[in-house]
Amino acid sequence: MALLLTGQLPAQDNTELLNRMKAMEDRIKSLEAEVQSLKQTAVAAPPAVAAAAPPEPTPQPAVPTPQEPVNLGGAGPAASKALNPDISVIGDFVGAAGYGANRPIQSLEMHESEVGFQEVIDPYARADFFLTFGEHGVDLEEGYITFTSLPAGLQVKAGKMRAAFGKVNTLHNHVLPWIDRPLVNQNLVGGEDGIDDAGLSISRILPAPKGIFLEGIAQIYRGDSENVFQSLRRNDVATVEHLHAYRDLSESTNIDIGGSYARGHSPFANGTNQLFGADLTLRWKPLRRAIYHSFVAHSEFIWARTAVSPQGIQFVGGPVATAPVGKAKPFGFYVSGDYQLGRRWFLGGRFDRSQRGQCLPTNPATTSPCPISVYPNALDYTHLLQDTGGSILLSYWSSEFSGIRAQLRRTRYGEGLTSNEIMFQFMFSMGAHGAHPF
Amino acid sequence: MKNFQKFQILTVALFTAAGGTSHAASKLNIMTTTQDLADLAREVGGDKISVDSIAMGYQDPHFVEPKPSFILRLQKADLLAVVGLDLEIGWLPPLQTQSRNAKIQKGGNGYLDMSSFCKILEIPTGQVSRAMGDVHPLGNPHYWLNPDNGRRIAQAFANKFSEMDSADKDYFQGRYADFDKRLTAAEKGWDAKMAPYKGRKVVTYHRSWPNFCDRFGLNVIDYVEPRPGIPPTPSHTLELINNMKQQGVKLILVEPYFDLRTPNSVAAGTGGEVAKLMPSVGGVKEITNYFQLFDYDIDLLVSLFQKVK
Repeated sequence: MALLLTGQLPAQDNTELLNRMKAMEDRIKSLEAEVQSLKQTAVAAPPAVAAAAPPEPTPQPAVPTPQEPVNLGGAGPAASKALNPDISVIGDFVGAAGYGANRPIQSLEMHESEVGFQEVIDPYARADFFLTFGEHGVDLEEGYITFTSLPAGLQVKAGKMRAAFGKVNTLHNHVLPWIDRPLVNQNLVGGEDGIDDAGLSISRILPAPKGIFLEGIAQIYRGDSENVFQSLRRNDVATVEHLHAYRDLSESTNIDIGGSYARGHSPFANGTNQLFGADLTLRWKPLRRAIYHSFVAHSEFIWARTAVSPQGIQFVGGPVATAPVGKAKPFGFYVSGDYQLGRRWFLGGRFDRSQRGQCLPTNPATTSPCPISVYPNALDYTHLLQDTGGSILLSYWSSEFSGIRAQLRRTRYGEGLTSNEIMFQFMFSMGAHGAHPF
Repeated sequence: MKNFQKFQILTVALFTAAGGTSHAASKLNIMTTTQDLADLAREVGGDKISVDSIAMGYQDPHFVEPKPSFILRLQKADLLAVVGLDLEIGWLPPLQTQSRNAKIQKGGNGYLDMSSFCKILEIPTGQVSRAMGDVHPLGNPHYWLNPDNGRRIAQAFANKFSEMDSADKDYFQGRYADFDKRLTAAEKGWDAKMAPYKGRKVVTYHRSWPNFCDRFGLNVIDYVEPRPGIPPTPSHTLELINNMKQQGVKLILVEPYFDLRTPNSVAAGTGGEVAKLMPSVGGVKEITNYFQLFDYDIDLLVSLFQKVK
């Protein structure tokens, strides 16, 4: 029975299979006919529309020739930056040889690596952060918000920033036309660190005649800037005021004159430290040859009135709450010129002269010890020494983003020491570093 | 405490200082970064606008000093039109920030980046680094040197002016239509002059001319700069001379603000000619508008092509 069944099954299957195949063939034929019919309908459609058109021939619009689509606007990989801030890193490698006398600097030093983050925050403000990495630590050089959309032509900044005292104090290392800072800044304005503190700044462009740009800036800081101001109480804030006038003398030449005043708590006694400054900048840059030739002359004059006391001098950063015994009144200035010889070469020179309190600390520090015990009278703590120096500089910029500078520096210090040094500097930057104000 | 009081007094003094910004009520106050944009704005805006520019036509627009005198002009601007694509990155941002003019800040109603309306060439597609020189990662910013883009810029001005001063919309659109008509006619003349030289190979100093060459059919085979923004080097100059000799190139296009010593020595080494082409309105005294810019450059090119054969 089983065998019979198995013998009949294939015959049954074949018949069924044939029937199914026939049914499928019929189905395919039917579908083909349907597709053909649809195709004919599609082809026939335009004539049907045309037939519906008015009998008189009408001008048909020209058939557009195929064209490459025009993409408007730029993009590229930079567009991937999207909402990230502009990020930059600037390296400052310094070396020196020769006799440094009172202020020796290291033979080779990765002096500073500045990391910048800059971006617009919203339609009303932008932010700028500059972190500096030395060989031994990190510091927030500047970090502030700038409100760009205030009424009445005002601009407000809040955060940590370099104070608007004169010119050099406002500049980062990599934009200085020298490797070092002038003696007057080292002695009286905190050197490389300068007046750099947490505070608020308000500025306004003031009305002035004859195309003169006149800007007034008023700033208030916590009052902590090493060797310049020290805040012991909340009230020991420091203020900085700056007024500068700019005018184009011609298309190629312009002049910038400024006056500054800073006042805060002295780090050397329970009194004030006042700084008065005047600065002058003359620039020449012929527009037709702007990338090849230019000349810039800078000068700053600074007077200080610093309250000092024996204890304040002996224990800087310590018991400054002692009554002052007098005021040190040092004065200093520098005159500098920088001429662009060609597209890549710059030749510069600087003359420095600055007084300093013999026992008052400077930045960088002097190595000569303070002969405090030799002063029998309290008033001698205001005794001043005078340093005088001169430098010749040659800079070579292989591109906008890297340069080498050599500086031959001679300084005669008030203690009678004379240094003769040759310094060199490699400056290199990567990333998008925002342009600096003029 | 005295310090704080003094700060307060000074702050009040700054707030209350007399004067301030004054606006010419009847006209739109337009600032542009280049003279080319200023002229195109003038074409459309006519006497309904006052327009001024920052960079002069004869100076390198990459390197402009952000002088405070520009801040005074930007402070009063209703609109700032820029070339964009980072052409002005080295000098414009501090001017905008210091202008204290909210309108012209990036993203503001009075900020107009013309590159977004134009056909941009040389947009990098791969990795971009400074090893390639001072490249523009968003594309080549010298796009105004194609009249098609000039037309697009003018149209963008017309639309913007119409938006800012809707009462004069017809005036601006009418002036744009007239400009378009005149430009189309001028283009026919320029095309006819340049037609015999289509496909001619040239060398340029900087990558300022891709739009111009693309439009008029010139073929740039090399550059005097080894990389954008990098001054010529002796080795590259020798390579350039050999390349020009091999390809029979006789013409070097140079912008007016570059030193001619290297191009002249290349020309001497190849028996070629240096064409001091003007990339902008105001490059020389006789180029006072956008039409004259192309008239000047095309006439100069034609005369030199005829000379070098």
